[in-house]
Amino acid sequence: MYTQALNSSDGDDRGVEDVARASQFQARIDADERIEPNDWMPAAYRKTLTRQISQHAHSEIVGMLPEGNWITRAPSLRRKAALLAKVQDECGHGLYLYAAAETLGTSREELVDGMLSGKAKYSSIFNYPTLTWADIGTIGWLVDGAAIMNQIPLCRCSYGPYARAMIRVCKEESFHQRQGFEIMVTLCRGTAEQKAMAQNALDRWWWPVLMMFGPPDQVSQHSDTSTKWKIKRFSNDELRQKFIDATVPQAEFLGLTIPDPGTKQNENGNWVHSPIDWDEFKQVLAGNGPCNRDRLAARRKAHDEGAWVREAAMAYAEKRKSRQLAQAAE
Amino acid sequence: MATANIEVSETPLVLYALRRADDALILGHRLSEWCGHAPAMEEDMALANMGLDLLGQARELYTYAAKVEGRGNDEDKFAYLRDVRQYRNLLLVEQPNGDFARTMVRQFFYAAFADLYWRAMMASSDATFAAIAAKSEKESAYHLRHSSEWIVRLGDGTAESHRRTQDAIDDLWAYTGEMFAVDDGERGLIDAGIAIDPAALKSRWLKTVTGIVNEATLALPKSDWMQQGGRVGSHSEHLGHLLSELQSLQRTFPGATW
Repeated sequence: MYTQALNSSDGDDRGVEDVARASQFQARIDADERIEPNDWMPAAYRKTLTRQISQHAHSEIVGMLPEGNWITRAPSLRRKAALLAKVQDECGHGLYLYAAAETLGTSREELVDGMLSGKAKYSSIFNYPTLTWADIGTIGWLVDGAAIMNQIPLCRCSYGPYARAMIRVCKEESFHQRQGFEIMVTLCRGTAEQKAMAQNALDRWWWPVLMMFGPPDQVSQHSDTSTKWKIKRFSNDELRQKFIDATVPQAEFLGLTIPDPGTKQNENGNWVHSPIDWDEFKQVLAGNGPCNRDRLAARRKAHDEGAWVREAAMAYAEKRKSRQLAQAAE
Repeated sequence: MATANIEVSETPLVLYALRRADDALILGHRLSEWCGHAPAMEEDMALANMGLDLLGQARELYTYAAKVEGRGNDEDKFAYLRDVRQYRNLLLVEQPNGDFARTMVRQFFYAAFADLYWRAMMASSDATFAAIAAKSEKESAYHLRHSSEWIVRLGDGTAESHRRTQDAIDDLWAYTGEMFAVDDGERGLIDAGIAIDPAALKSRWLKTVTGIVNEATLALPKSDWMQQGGRVGSHSEHLGHLLSELQSLQRTFPGATW
């Protein structure tokens, strides 16, 4: 069911770092060529991409939970349909990202097991709770907005399957982002209670969203090689700045206050922010965010409770195959 | 203070549309409860997909009911501001998801009916119903195919999946009879060519259901006792909980626009 055949694929290029091939590879990257699954690639390139694409896939799948929390309580049928469709899109993103990761030689099953065991990471943003309907608007507006900032450059990523997956993901994400902003507009034009709900959601999500771009450039672990390989085209801080510059005027339009008194425009027109509490980020990454345990527990429960269903499907497929073989032999 | 329930002028045609809308909304809501928790990601996609189809059907039917009724109600008022006693859906669709086998059996029983029902309704003399039927028929054909395949896989899969699926059939069987019931108001609509007589679909429904159940090495219960009441607002205890969740924001913030 989860393409187990891939588990045994043992790339013959692993560990063998052929200097000539490596420089040829880098020349292709420098010439903006796309690397495809059957092309030679350095083991570290494969490893980096497998980690990044699968983390991205896990994030889509775990990301279904905080928003799924409001599907049954969406306040109108139109909102309910839009939210259900959105969460379904995220599952679809997860599926084609796992497929993209599989082209690098690790099966979806193995990748998912890494997530369920807590070994593999997913975006820390999904370890925060969705307390009110305004959180659904805020996630669309800010979390999807930040994701787009991160992902648009990935549409030009050097690895073909990932770049192509990102083109489709980005189209859907920007639709989600507009939907989220529209929820915020409606709340901010609504009753005083609704407006307060919107402000409170912004207060809770603002800092975690800024953390989505990752640690500041001077401490980021992966950026140098990722940049050389054209997996990453902008630094964490550059993307974060771009996001803040786009978002502050939107908050003003909504009549909401950015929960950072240090938010002000500098002489270049960029919006500056107060220092980010990176201790909070580290704690959430270490498993101590408000929902880390709940999120993993929910994914494990779905996986465990689905085991008999997957086993039944396999057993049936086996029976069917042997019946067909028996028939053919008659 | 919670917003009061709306009043509905349940003329035969309004009631007829509301009953089908409620079926679609409640079943769609149940399917949406799975989102993020299904046994495989492919099933998260499929269940959400079917939930969206049903939600779409519900919205069209509510909108039509509101238009026929003509007293300012709309899809959201029907969905969010009627209490459990005002809901008119089949008891079958409000039954809790339970395990995946139960959800699939519920879906299978309903889709096997809905597929025949919408196909027949395409010939309705009411243009709106005929149009809704034409769209819904395509959707329910997929719902039937998807659930039939799962019934066969689960029934003929492992001993555990067989047992779970048989249990679900045994428990849900008594809720299938209500799909074929007709009251006086509906009889009038049938005579006028607006509605179709569901009793005429029963033998074909039974044939489809029996065929799949046999293929799945499962069995239908011998009992022919059937529960009824959903169509007149006498529901199981489950619906109230579903509605308290579905309606929570509208009830907590009366009159707000979302």
